[in-house]
Parts: sequence; structure tokens; C-alpha cells
Amino acid sequence: MNVAVNGKDAFAYTAAHALDAAKRSIVFVHGAGLDHSSWGLQSRYFGYHGFNVLAVDLPAHGRSAGPALAAVGQMADWVFALMNELKIGKASLVGHSMGSLIALDFAARYPASVERIALIGTAYPMKVSEAFLGAAARNDPAAYDMETIWGHAPQAPFSANPNPGMWMYGDTLARLSRLAPGVLHADLSACNGYAEGIKAAAAIRCPAQFILGARDMMTPPRAARELIQAVAGAQTVTIGSSGHSLMAEAPDATLDALAAFLR
Amino acid sequence: MSGPKYPGFDTLALHAGQSPDPATGARAVPIYQTTSYVFRDAAHAASLFNMERAGHVYSRISNPTVAVLEERIAALEGGVGAIATASGQAALHLAVATLMDAGSHIVASGALYGGSHNLLGYTLKRFGIETTFVSPRNPEDFRKAIRPNTRLLFGETLGNPGLDVLDIPTLSGIAHQAGLPLLVDATFTTPYLMKPFELGADLLYHSATKFLGGHGIAIGGLLVDSGRFDWEKSGRFAQLTAPYAGFHNMDFEEESGTRAFLLRARREGLRDFGACMAPMTAFQILQGIETLHLRMPRHVESTRKVVGFLSTNSFVGKILYPENPDHPDHALAAKLLPWGCGAVFSFDIKGGREAGRKFIEALRVFSHLANVGDAKSLVIHPATTTHYRMSDEDLGKAGIGPGTVRLSIGLEDADDLIADLDRALKAAK
Repeated sequence: MNVAVNGKDAFAYTAAHALDAAKRSIVFVHGAGLDHSSWGLQSRYFGYHGFNVLAVDLPAHGRSAGPALAAVGQMADWVFALMNELKIGKASLVGHSMGSLIALDFAARYPASVERIALIGTAYPMKVSEAFLGAAARNDPAAYDMETIWGHAPQAPFSANPNPGMWMYGDTLARLSRLAPGVLHADLSACNGYAEGIKAAAAIRCPAQFILGARDMMTPPRAARELIQAVAGAQTVTIGSSGHSLMAEAPDATLDALAAFLR
Repeated sequence: MSGPKYPGFDTLALHAGQSPDPATGARAVPIYQTTSYVFRDAAHAASLFNMERAGHVYSRISNPTVAVLEERIAALEGGVGAIATASGQAALHLAVATLMDAGSHIVASGALYGGSHNLLGYTLKRFGIETTFVSPRNPEDFRKAIRPNTRLLFGETLGNPGLDVLDIPTLSGIAHQAGLPLLVDATFTTPYLMKPFELGADLLYHSATKFLGGHGIAIGGLLVDSGRFDWEKSGRFAQLTAPYAGFHNMDFEEESGTRAFLLRARREGLRDFGACMAPMTAFQILQGIETLHLRMPRHVESTRKVVGFLSTNSFVGKILYPENPDHPDHALAAKLLPWGCGAVFSFDIKGGREAGRKFIEALRVFSHLANVGDAKSLVIHPATTTHYRMSDEDLGKAGIGPGTVRLSIGLEDADDLIADLDRALKAAK
């Protein structure tokens, strides 16, 4: 659905369902440079199993108008503004990579508006290498290559895609190729600059789940350890076969973990 | 610090899309000669049908062996994914049927494989889809032929029979300016010689029967999407951007973004038209692709030797091979096809139809048949076979002379091929 957020056009995928005040809601927040279609093999399921689904396109991503937001806190505020526009008082937030930081920050600052959070492919601090940031700053296609290659398990190109006939590298590159100049750099800078993680984690009062890929090269499970320890009672699911793109590399395992947690 | 590297072409040709079979440990791609796949439970069945989960249901829609081939060609082409079809013609039809309804229009190169020309010029016309054919050598003619109902620009990377080199960068610019995608038939070039997506094409297909298989034992097609064309932004493709009653009111673009075209092509096109590839065929095409990077350089090397020989023969007239300086697209070929112009070309025998007939019948190594891209060298004389009903005047309009012969150079010893041609040319005098 299209909705105006802070006066600008924004889009959220709803699995072809109208929002229903009687249903619980889930907001899916994508990672750097990506969009709502990252969640295709998770969001559609929840939309057809009794939930309101809002898989958002952050500003300057997918179908949402720019400009890109510069900081994780601004992105969390944007999600809050979107929920307000749609009169959704409370939702579970599911975030991937940069989206996981947004969900974390949202839960800490808007505790009355969050039911549960699921953080997928996360790390704290989410430091981005100088080479990656520099390439993104120059709008050098090498940045897309880094996100694509590091964003999947090393064996991904030599494995069958769970989604028959699709090529994971190609899909990521195609999505990144649609970005306006500067958007990937803004996202990576937001990840790199986010400094509120431990403070936010300590403030979490809702149930929290971490879903990590054992073969993640971007946010390896060890890089999430400190954050997990800071969230009281957090549940952790590690998917052995997956890299950073858990929703594509291990769609069923990711969905099953989410479904068990969010029900 | 240097960035990460993608696996090379040769490695992808052998490994993309497949790990050792999880059930048996088999290293080679197993042939899943299977039609259907057991659901875990009723909920799993429902979620597969509603596309909440991915997986195989019925082999007309997807099959584990066929999926390896689809993923592998997508990897080699740099696409977002692919769909394997019963033939190259089925791939072209699937692309058109996914993007168009009755009342739509295509602008196509006039230098096409005869089967494609028939489909666009006659058969699709019966279903309300019209095509305007223009010269591939005048990109501006494509622009001029675009109408409000045009939905596609189309051409072959190397045209038939004159080996016209399609100016993909220029044509894709014209297409994109008009909010249209460019589809190319990349059969003659394969991803080894050209990457059309890197040049600006949006969709491509192969007759996998030809060089990809290379063995002349299996008919198949592969339709590949770059995932880069923005259907929503174009505003001309309600087939992909509006709810479709034929599939749960799905808006394919909203549902899957970069995967929208393939999603509808698979979920509607394979479901309803049913021109899928058989698992055994996919296995056979995969065997060919695993040596594509070894075969194509040899095809090109031998072709250059044969062209060199023919260029010095006094009984040979015009040779249509873009690597020759007198070919109209020589400069463009040097730019777009730096690794070679393939292994199919035409030349004229002096002496017309009768000389052509004698030449064909004197050949011993070349096989006289209607195909190209085989490991074995092939020959055909259009004036006495595929185009035998046409007058010399009409042949001329199609770029074919009465003595035009088309060769497809295989992997035999090039000296044996040259000796065979030399003997046959003498016999034709």
C-alpha cells in the first residue's frame, strides 16, 4: 500500500490484505540497499496466517520516495511515523541487518508500540569496512559486488537456490542496481555510525529473538554476542547453512523460527 | 584492500546452482525423473500453492534437475534467474505471452531465424499481437516504429543469415527511453562470447539446442531475466504491476520486485502453456554447458581458419562473417564481440543454385541438415532447402543469394574441414 509518511510517498507491502484493527501486526524492515521484496518468503506467509503485514520500503528504497535517511534513529522514527499514519498502535518488528538495528532502536525508544522484536543477521557494533564505505561513497559498482558476495555464504554460488531457477547473486545485484546514487552509502554509514546498541538492548522489555547465519561473512554470529547478552531473555536461533541473506538462503528455516516466535 | 571476487565463468559453468546431491552425495547433477513432490503436511501444501514458501510441486512448474540448469545459465549470463523451456521457440513465446495481450505490438529486427519470423510475423498476428520488422543495422528505425501499444524491442545478437551484429547498447537506450525492455536471442553468441545484460539488454533467451548443448541430442530453450527493468516505473505492463485474477490477485511486481517477470512467466506461462523442459533434457544441456568455455574458443579458432581458406578461393564470392573487414558490422563486432563472432556464417558460391547443390552433395565431413551449433560441422544451402520456394528476387530481399551456403563450424580438425570444403568447391565448378 502507498501511504504518505512525513509528507513523502512511502510504500509497504501488505500481502494483498487490507489492514484489520483486530489483527496483530508485523513490520518487516529490510537491510542496506534492499527493499520489501527481501521478505517475500516470509512476509506473504504471515499475511495469509492472521497478521497485518507491513514490509516497508525505507525512504529512497523500492517504491518509497527519497531522500535516504542518514541515521538508524531517524529510520526508527520513520517506522513509528508510518505506524501512526496507518493507526497501528503496536506491532512486532522484524529487521534484517540494518533493519535489525532499526528494530532494536525502535523497541528501546517506543516500548509501548512494540510487541516483540526479531533481529536477523545482526551485529553490534555493525562496523563497515573503509573499502566498502569508500566504494559506496564513490557509487562504485564494486560496493554492490561487496554487498553481494559478502552478503551470502561462501558456498551460495555453488548451491541450489531454495527458490527454483533463481540466482541469488543476480537478484541482489539487480536490486542494488535500481538504487539512486548515494543511497547505499547512506545506509552503510547509518550502520557504521550507530552507537546506541548496548544502551538500547538494555532497555528492551519485550520478547526478543536473534536469527543468525553460521556462515555469515558480514555479521558473523560472534559479532552479535555482546548484543545478545545485553537483551534480557533473548532467544537465539542459529541456522547452520546460511550466510547473511538468511531470508533467501534459508527461507523455510527463517520463516519457521519467526512463526514459532511471533505466534 | 582488494574487493571480493566472483567465481570465474569456467567455475560457474561447472558448479553454479548445484552442490553434491544432499540425498545421495552424487557429485554429478542427478536426473530427477520425477513429476511431483510429497508435501510435508496439509499446511505445507497450502503454503507452496499460495507461494508463501518456495519449493517443487509439479515438474511442469519446476523440477530439481531443471532448476540447476536454470540457475546455471542465470549465473553465466548475470541474470536474476531463468526458466527452461521445451525449445528456443517456446522461450520466445513465453517471453511474449508474459508481457503482452491482444493489441500489443513488437518492434523486431528483420534479420531473424525463420522460426522466430514465422511466430512474430504470422502466428502471433492471429492472436492480435503485431510485429513491425526493421533493419537491425538502423537503430533509429526501431525508434520510429515504436507505437503507444509497443511492448518489446527484439533482435538476435547475431542476425540470420547475414550475421548482422545487433547494436545492443544503442538499441537498449532507445528501448529504455520509451519505457520498453529489449529482448535478445543470444543463441549464436552464448554467454561465453557476449554478455547482453552488460550491454543493456533486459531479457534474453537461447535455443539451448545449439552451442549450449553442443551435442545435437536435445531440444531446449532458456529464458533469462536481468531483473533490471523497472516494470512499475515503465507503467506499460499491467501484466506485472496490477492484481491478476488468474493468480490470487497477485501484483507480481509488488510481490517480488526484480523477480516479477520470471514469477509470472513460471506461475502462469509454464502452468498454462506448459512448454516446460524435461529433466533428461536439462541434464543433457548441463553436460554441454560444463565444457562451453573449452568448446567456444575452439569453434571460433576453427571458424577463423575456414573463413581464411574460403577468402582465398576463387570460386567463393561474398563471405558474411563480422570478423572480416568487409562485413558491414566489422567495427561494431570488434567492440561488442571481442572474443569472436561465433562459428556460424554464410558465403556465396559462384554458379548459383546448381553449384550450391553440387557443393553440398560433395561434402563428406560436413553434415547436410537444418541445425547449427553442433560439435559436428554442419551445412545447409537455403535456396534448395529452407527457402526453396522463393524466387531469386525474393531470396535477395532476404539477404540470401542462390548460391549462399551457411556453415556451422564444429570441433573436428580444422584441416580436415578445409580439405572437405576444398574438394566440394572443386566438385561444384
